[in-house]
Amino acid sequence: MSPDKMVHMANQIAAFFKTQPGGKAAERVAAHLRDFWEPRMREQLRRHVEQGGRGLDQAVIEAAPLLR
Amino acid sequence: MRDFVMPPAAFDERDMGTPAREGAPVTLTIDGFAVTVPAGTSVMRAAAEAGIQVPKLCATDSVEAFGSCRLCAVEIEGRRGAPASCTTPVAPGMVVHTQTAKLRKLRKGVMELYISDHPLDCLTCAANGDCELQDMAGAVGLRDVRYKAPAEGGLANHFAPREASGAANPQWIPKDESNPYFTYDPAKCIVCSRCVRACEEVQGTFALTIEGRGFDSRVSFGARKDNALASDCVSCGACVQACPTATLQEKSIIELGTPERSVITTCAYCGVGCSFKAEMQGDTLVRMTPWKHGKANRGHSCVKGRFAWGYATHKDRILSPMIRDRIDEPWREVGWEEAISFAANRLRGLQETYGKKSIGVITSSRCTNEEAYLVQKLARAVFGNNNTDTCARVCHSPTGYGLGQTFGTSAGTQDFDSVEHTDVVIVIGANPTDGHPVFASRLKKRLRKGAKLIVIDPRRIDLVKSAHIGAAHHLPLRPGTNVAVVTALAHVIVTEGLMDEAFIRERCDWDEFQVYAEFVSDPRHGPEATELLTGVPAAELRAAARTFATGGNGSIYYGLGVTEHSQGSTTVMAIANLAMLTGNIGRKGVGVNPLRGQNNVQGSCDMGSFPHELPGYRHVKNPEVRDVFRQAWGVEIDPEPGLRIPNMLDAAVEGEFRGLYCQGEDILQSDPDTHHVAAGLGAMDCVIVHDLFLNETANYAHVFLPGSTFLEKDGTFTNAERRINRVRKVMAPRNGYADWEITQMLANAMGGGWSYTHPSQIMDEIAATTPSFSGVDYALLEEKGSVQWPCNEAHPEGTPLMHVDGFVRGKGRFIVTEYVATDERTGPRFPLLLTTGRILSQYNVGAQTRRTANVVWHQEDVLEIHPHDAETRGVKDGDWVRLASRSGETALRAQVTDRVSPGVVYTTFHHPETQANVITTDYSDWATNCPEYKVTAVQVSPSNGPTGWQRDYAEQAAQSRRILAAE
Repeated sequence: MSPDKMVHMANQIAAFFKTQPGGKAAERVAAHLRDFWEPRMREQLRRHVEQGGRGLDQAVIEAAPLLR
Repeated sequence: MRDFVMPPAAFDERDMGTPAREGAPVTLTIDGFAVTVPAGTSVMRAAAEAGIQVPKLCATDSVEAFGSCRLCAVEIEGRRGAPASCTTPVAPGMVVHTQTAKLRKLRKGVMELYISDHPLDCLTCAANGDCELQDMAGAVGLRDVRYKAPAEGGLANHFAPREASGAANPQWIPKDESNPYFTYDPAKCIVCSRCVRACEEVQGTFALTIEGRGFDSRVSFGARKDNALASDCVSCGACVQACPTATLQEKSIIELGTPERSVITTCAYCGVGCSFKAEMQGDTLVRMTPWKHGKANRGHSCVKGRFAWGYATHKDRILSPMIRDRIDEPWREVGWEEAISFAANRLRGLQETYGKKSIGVITSSRCTNEEAYLVQKLARAVFGNNNTDTCARVCHSPTGYGLGQTFGTSAGTQDFDSVEHTDVVIVIGANPTDGHPVFASRLKKRLRKGAKLIVIDPRRIDLVKSAHIGAAHHLPLRPGTNVAVVTALAHVIVTEGLMDEAFIRERCDWDEFQVYAEFVSDPRHGPEATELLTGVPAAELRAAARTFATGGNGSIYYGLGVTEHSQGSTTVMAIANLAMLTGNIGRKGVGVNPLRGQNNVQGSCDMGSFPHELPGYRHVKNPEVRDVFRQAWGVEIDPEPGLRIPNMLDAAVEGEFRGLYCQGEDILQSDPDTHHVAAGLGAMDCVIVHDLFLNETANYAHVFLPGSTFLEKDGTFTNAERRINRVRKVMAPRNGYADWEITQMLANAMGGGWSYTHPSQIMDEIAATTPSFSGVDYALLEEKGSVQWPCNEAHPEGTPLMHVDGFVRGKGRFIVTEYVATDERTGPRFPLLLTTGRILSQYNVGAQTRRTANVVWHQEDVLEIHPHDAETRGVKDGDWVRLASRSGETALRAQVTDRVSPGVVYTTFHHPETQANVITTDYSDWATNCPEYKVTAVQVSPSNGPTGWQRDYAEQAAQSRRILAAE
């Protein structure tokens, strides 16, 4: 998947969970990614975050370590 | 005519004369027999209940009684004269005689008059043996007609082209053969007006009328000079079904003769899932007629299911398997064994080289439950991965997520009968008169009885205003602003105190509600604040919210205009919020009703087609669920979700996904951003297309496995109301095998070791592994006709209404629905918004309907554009225009119309020559990756014909469809 598309999709997920009451956006983003993203896609996201996470929402960056 | 598969006794096929009624029991005596029927029932129907058929011509049980033919006269003790039994309601203690000397004489006289104006060509008439006029002449004992035309002419009739004198008969009207499927022969008409009433009451189109008075009365399609094709007629067939003579007659019957047997089966077009009688001569289908006991359609049909089945025998159908090493080679016809082993070897080879997860499947939402189940089982049990997806990815996947989060299950909450009890209806992002026509007719019937309608749609769809119905409110929102509009409706309801607090306190999580109420009450969600964004006038939105909250039973019906957005899942949650807020869940007449696109898209989802869940919507991460299938299949199930369709294509471009088995789905034409789909398919080493025709995806395939039609196999489809309907084989597969057999051959060539000999065994396995199906088997379906899941120990006869005593998840959950604008935005280069949809006569990618006479109504996709936008671009009606977006461009003809708002253009995606999906982008729903088909920023400019890309595409398609002659 192109990095731009991955970043866009991940940020969309973050945009939803950040609006939800009760905080824990990163945990919720991580749970959603675990449930719906195939492991290779999660791995690509983790690598992108390790390399600085350019373009990613803060909630996604915080979610990445939780994907291990 | 006898039924080959005899329906159980409960399915009485007789015409009872007038519709059934509900009411307190009333007992009367008819011909000496005591009969008890509901109050309001006609004497005619009461007699029929007692097994006595009163002669009749103008009455039929699909329409209200009319009382015009006088043939059904009866005598009632204590009453004068001979009242019509069809229009006389029963009364307690009534004593009725249906056969007396007086009645016999009266009826004979009536029939004599009818027959005096009817041609006596019974032996060569298309309705011979299936004509009620003929039957009634026999029933009343008519032996002679005394009325003759005098030799010198002058005695008028309607059936002779010339009078006895030789002069042209001014009353004779030639046969109208303009409709491709049926003829109208005025010479045979008895003016019973059953057709007119069927068009009004059953279909709700009002295309037919009785023109003139007295002897001049004629059935007419609109004005006298209009023919059937030029009229408002939608070719649903209701008039043909109602006609007692050969006046309105199917052309197939005229050509082939009357059927000798019939088999009850289920339509393979949209998600309404109408029940039909396939009427047969040997293994030739001669007619499809709607089955009156079908619980989805209640005896009604649309042009597709009723008439557009000719594709099954179309010359384009591929009947032999074909293979090729590379997609630039011509196809080579081979035997089944060679094709299957070629496919199996390639797939296993790819897994050996690129890993277990390098291949996957797409299950078909057009095939049966049993077939979808086997295809996902192929991925999970034989490939050893969860790379399975289905067309629901691109239509209702947000429904699954959104309703799952709020209610605890993705199921639509109602049955279709529920619409008869609704008082106020919201239709959002759906166009039922075109996409779900039989449901639309049922909805319109309710609207004519006074229910109110709110339409939320960028286009002025037919429901907004058509004959005898109209929307109380039309909110023509800007594409992409659904969340803002639905949240604004909730804002009005909460801030004006119109919510059903008792329901919320009892049935929903109160704490979550309070957070939600605070969220929606914020003035930024008010209609005045969102008006600029959504384009919906605040006052109109407020009025609509009040109508919905205070109008009685409120129901919401929605389609892909809700789901196919970046915020598709959020809109589904907003809709669920609205239903809970107003207490509209858990009884008749209310609910959240997703209108599913394809015939079995509900079923394919139920069967575990999604990459993250096993059959019955259970996530693969749950060890106890995996254990059920480990025991049933003898293999370990991968606990990680697999690739969704867009992810498969992305991975293919990266070289990580190399092989695909695609059953009954044309992703190249139906999925967004055609260039990207083509790049993904082109990068794969083994694409197996299993279909009826060489579809667009097959241009990129290495193996073609010919499929079977719904007429050629047994199985089940599940419609939008969760109803499991039987599909019955009426002829042998022309390609040699039913689709489930072909999947089994592929699985076994890869070591699957499957041994199903009938689809009922597959259903037994589904029932054994899936709690919501545990009570389903073919014997129950034979007995009940159909059942709605969940069907299990708790609900042995199925579940018409969901969440009756409590939500599946316990307490209903309100979810905050913040509007987030899509990133697809208009700008100077692409100032218009394109949205896409369907038309009545065509279906989905058109593979079936384009191969029928339905093309007379829609031969090409056209672009609807508002007169203002057309004028500023110098575009006139019928001109070729270039339609361009960031993704690509195509050309098609413009239709200038104010159905669309300024700034919005609309088209369909039925024709591969247009390829509307070249334009759509790869933006998708945040939760499910459902593509954002409904919002694309575009520019429209004049053009002089197809684009270079369209010509190249046509050339490439022709090249890739070459087939070498068999050696």
